[in-house]
Amino acid sequence: MSGADFTTDETEGGSVLRLSGDWTLAEASALGPRLAAIPGNVKTVDLSGVGHIDTIGAWLVHRLMRDTGAALTGANEDAGHLIEQVSAADRPLKIRPDHTPPFLRVLGEMGEATMQAGRTLLGLLGFFGAIMITSWHLIRHPRAIRFNAVVRQFETVGVTALAIIGLMSFLIGIVIGQQGAVQLRQFGAEVFTINLIGRITLRELGVLMTAIMVAGRSGSAFAAQLGSMKLAEEIDAMRTIGVSPMEALVMPRIIAAVAMMPLLGFYSSIVAMVGGGIFCWISLDIPPVTFVQRIREVVPITDMWVGLVKAPVFGLIIAMAGCFQGMQVEGNAEEVGLRTTASVVQAIFLVIVLDAFFAVFFTAIGWV
Amino acid sequence: MADDSDVVICVRGLANSFGDQVVHEGLDIDVHRGEILGVVGGSGTGKSVLMRSIIGLQRPQAGSVEVFGEPMIDREEHEAKSVRRRWGVLFQGGALFSTLTVAENVEVPIREYYPGIDPVLLDEIASYKVLMSGLPEEAGPKFPSELSGGMRKRAGLARALALDPELLFLDEPTAGLDPIGAANFDMLIKGLKQTLGLTVFLITHDLDTLYAICDRVAVLADHKVIAVGTIPELLALDHDWIQDYFKGPRGRLAADVADRNAAGEVEAGE
Repeated sequence: MSGADFTTDETEGGSVLRLSGDWTLAEASALGPRLAAIPGNVKTVDLSGVGHIDTIGAWLVHRLMRDTGAALTGANEDAGHLIEQVSAADRPLKIRPDHTPPFLRVLGEMGEATMQAGRTLLGLLGFFGAIMITSWHLIRHPRAIRFNAVVRQFETVGVTALAIIGLMSFLIGIVIGQQGAVQLRQFGAEVFTINLIGRITLRELGVLMTAIMVAGRSGSAFAAQLGSMKLAEEIDAMRTIGVSPMEALVMPRIIAAVAMMPLLGFYSSIVAMVGGGIFCWISLDIPPVTFVQRIREVVPITDMWVGLVKAPVFGLIIAMAGCFQGMQVEGNAEEVGLRTTASVVQAIFLVIVLDAFFAVFFTAIGWV
Repeated sequence: MADDSDVVICVRGLANSFGDQVVHEGLDIDVHRGEILGVVGGSGTGKSVLMRSIIGLQRPQAGSVEVFGEPMIDREEHEAKSVRRRWGVLFQGGALFSTLTVAENVEVPIREYYPGIDPVLLDEIASYKVLMSGLPEEAGPKFPSELSGGMRKRAGLARALALDPELLFLDEPTAGLDPIGAANFDMLIKGLKQTLGLTVFLITHDLDTLYAICDRVAVLADHKVIAVGTIPELLALDHDWIQDYFKGPRGRLAADVADRNAAGEVEAGE
């Protein structure tokens, strides 16, 4: 192979451009600027010295002829054909979408995000309504409940989460004990670490941490499963056969999350107390018997009810956000990822907002 | 140079299996320079796996694959690159990069192999490539998600042709296109092959495509290539699957159409 080159011969009435070498893509980066620098009085382009030519070479020749109005000579059949082809495809084409000014774009995006948030809220409300209607239907016709699916979801939401939630709660219990002890020691009130551990895990952290874990584990899985089923038109197929996706897919997940959250939350609180108790034993020399006795004295039973009342509501929120986002998937696989992320963010956000309302409410009714 | 020879792709003794399921066993195939080789076979006979083995996406258990006379299995990445720039691949769904526009997709291979190229020239190249593949002007700045399936395939073809390859792999290019779109696509490939002197490795189920543009057809069955030849040569063979394939109701229709078209061309030529 030889490099592409050209020479200019001045003749009467304009110059003749004699091309030589291989006019291919590999040579194009060097040729482009040189060709652009040629003065505009080229009369003829002579291709007789050219070896191999590809469409990029043909394009360069075509561009030259277009810009200077030169004629073509010495082209063999292939080269002539190629130049003909590329010149037929010489129409203006935009590479990128039009660029909007940043200010307008930000405004537009803000508006779009607001609309989107409003639509999501409306959609969630509608979905909540659909769940209520389906629940009412299932209460009147309990045989329509898919027990197998429900039990399967019990397993994936509840049983398989035990290990990770246990480990997390155990460590949280230790952390609360340790941080509490450091602060309370300043007042010589280390023994109140037990109050701290017992009350905070049962009232707040047990259920809250479990909700976050379930949202990340199961809520996201709901969204991804339903989303990919939606993409594969499985859900449309169900509808055409006459199976209600709400009954077959959504309700088992909702039931499972609502039923499993209190159990997981209670389990989490207990394991956290075990972790805190072990910390107290090792670090503060409080024996387990004393720890348990103190817990019974200082933790009112209402603390447990506070945790247990919140848990099913959190479960409902998580399953609803997951299923809702999953059912919203349309178009491509990228959407599944976006919707899955959105379901987790939404679930955790709503859980924390509701948790704040619950805190105010329980204080107001005197469960302090 | 070895790649001056007539054989562009040479596969010998290829073996592929997934778990217990044997896909290929002792498969041999040659693709000659300047031909369009159609690869047919029932579902699950490993047409796509064969293509993936040749282009290096699937490591076969045994056998050798040579492209342009260079062995492709277990090649170092930088060595394989020099071969890769000489081929283009069109995947079934187009496999466009979803974050880039159609025209930017076409620019990707050129940017990758020739980073120093003048940006203005790059945009011009992308423009005529997009238009040559039969897309309208307004498709350039669109994102893949805004395109129909047929347009996505054309955009994928434009990207596959970005480097002016000598060898083109097409995986079911006409699947999912309407008959008019499929016929246009056939003609587009045939035209490009004549203009650019392409060698084409074409996987297809489309009998019309086989009759319209393929020079030779390879039949995959029983884990290997059981026959290669022009369609009349294949028809002369006494193999159940081949007979069913070409002489079934759809096969006969496609043959009739091909005959009529050929007759029409002769008349028009006179």
